Amino acid sequence: MLENIYTELIAEHSQSKENRRQLENATITERGHNPTCGDEITLSLEIADGVIRDAAFTGEGCAISQASTDMMIELLRGKSVDEAKRLAELFIAMIHGEIDDDDELAELDEAAALKNISTMPARVKCATLAWHTLDTAIKHSDGDSLA
Amino acid sequence: MNKNFLNDFPILRTQMNGQPLAYLDNSATTQKPENVVRSICGYYGGCNANPHRGVYELSQKSTKVYEDARRKVAKFINAKSAREIIFTKNATESLNLVAFSYGLTNLQAGDEILITIAEHHSNLVPWQIVARAKGAKLNYIYLTADGNLSEADISAKLTRRTKILAVTQISNVLGLVNDVKTLAAKAHEVGAVVIVDGSQSVPHIPVDVQDFDADFLAFSGHKMLSPMGIGVLYGKQKILDAMPPFLTGGDMIEYVTEQETTFAELPQKFEAGTQNVGGAAGLTAAIDYLQSVGFDEIARVENDLTTFAISELKKIPYVELYGCDAPNKVGIVTFNIRDVHPHDVATILDAQGVAIRAGHHCAQPLMKFLGVNSTCRASFYFYNTRRDVERLIDAIKTVRGVMKLH
Repeated sequence: MLENIYTELIAEHSQSKENRRQLENATITERGHNPTCGDEITLSLEIADGVIRDAAFTGEGCAISQASTDMMIELLRGKSVDEAKRLAELFIAMIHGEIDDDDELAELDEAAALKNISTMPARVKCATLAWHTLDTAIKHSDGDSLA
Repeated sequence: MNKNFLNDFPILRTQMNGQPLAYLDNSATTQKPENVVRSICGYYGGCNANPHRGVYELSQKSTKVYEDARRKVAKFINAKSAREIIFTKNATESLNLVAFSYGLTNLQAGDEILITIAEHHSNLVPWQIVARAKGAKLNYIYLTADGNLSEADISAKLTRRTKILAVTQISNVLGLVNDVKTLAAKAHEVGAVVIVDGSQSVPHIPVDVQDFDADFLAFSGHKMLSPMGIGVLYGKQKILDAMPPFLTGGDMIEYVTEQETTFAELPQKFEAGTQNVGGAAGLTAAIDYLQSVGFDEIARVENDLTTFAISELKKIPYVELYGCDAPNKVGIVTFNIRDVHPHDVATILDAQGVAIRAGHHCAQPLMKFLGVNSTCRASFYFYNTRRDVERLIDAIKTVRGVMKLH
């Protein structure tokens, strides 16, 4: 069980410092919080013309939440906001065990490696924290553009 | 494992993730012995009726089960009278009852409530709300380096303005025993009312409410072998008599007219609606079981396991311990593994059959005070063994490897 969760890939992403920073030209910053464990992340996105030009995060949490956030950020760069929203929905559906077809999940790239978390109910919130935060950030950025 | 305990707690013979269960989350809830489970089945199988209401024999039987439990609890904590025992669903409800009934009625703007930084959220959040509602100030006693309450803070902050002192007898994170008897005496000198959270103490050490002389004591049944959903508030009769009801409705009234209600006497005044009689039956059986084991034996086993766990953990260079150097410690060991988040630790231990708690332990202000986001906690009860501790230590030693930290 453990070797399917704590893989080299997860270890690498959870320890990576590359995406862990303040984004200078952030157009939206969203704080995500998991009250049951106290984990929190702050996600920053630089969005221009409906495209995510750059993304970064700061925060503290378990290896699963940190790796998930790191992989999400790498996936987001260069994607349109609409695509990002769809990918977040796909990831959350995967973690909730609603989609397990590997072909369908392929576009999640490395983040598809977290599929096994769907068998660990206690860790679902860790894996989805960043993606729910992304979803909220996009909702807020929609609100901003409407305003 | 003592053979009797193994027979009495069949769940301890089960497996978790294909490994024998080492249950080390007793501060969250304890396991239930067979006599407790049987007492609940026995109640629902042979005595179930709504208590206090029916004139028929079965209802009287149910009433007797419930009131016998009250007398049992009164004797167990040495209350003067069974009327001082209010049944609630847990310590959280007991503490909310005191905060919202006593606190809202008696506090005035400018008054002060004094609690400790080591309180569980259940003895902290209600006081925040009541303080805000009444314009009172919420003050904190902080800790010294060893995790004990700062005497300087107690002297400086317990003043004539302090109307309420609410303090845990044993911290659910650090496992340190506070001297509530001395605290209560000091608080009474300045005219404050004293509320003790006994959630972690009543299951583990003898508690005598007349001896320590607190005004209120709250505890949960489920942390002392009973089913979930039954808890206790002890209060001195004179104070309880003067307090307004907390929850209102059925069974707590004397007369109800269209616009007015007069309330029942203690303890019914604070027990609105149909009560958890099955839970009370379980609590009676749990107290019987605890008394058959004896608090001397409970202390002996828990001290041995705690001392053993701490000495083994101290040998591991990448383990950080919290509150483990003070002598007044009971059954709880809180730690972190360097560079590994407690949730990952708990998952890795879970895979090896070892159940511990990871997180903020419903004590976020304490976590902040300790400078951590969360911790791991192993907590023991008398049915645990040195083998359980050895398995904890062995599993801890695998953690950094699983996390690819070498």
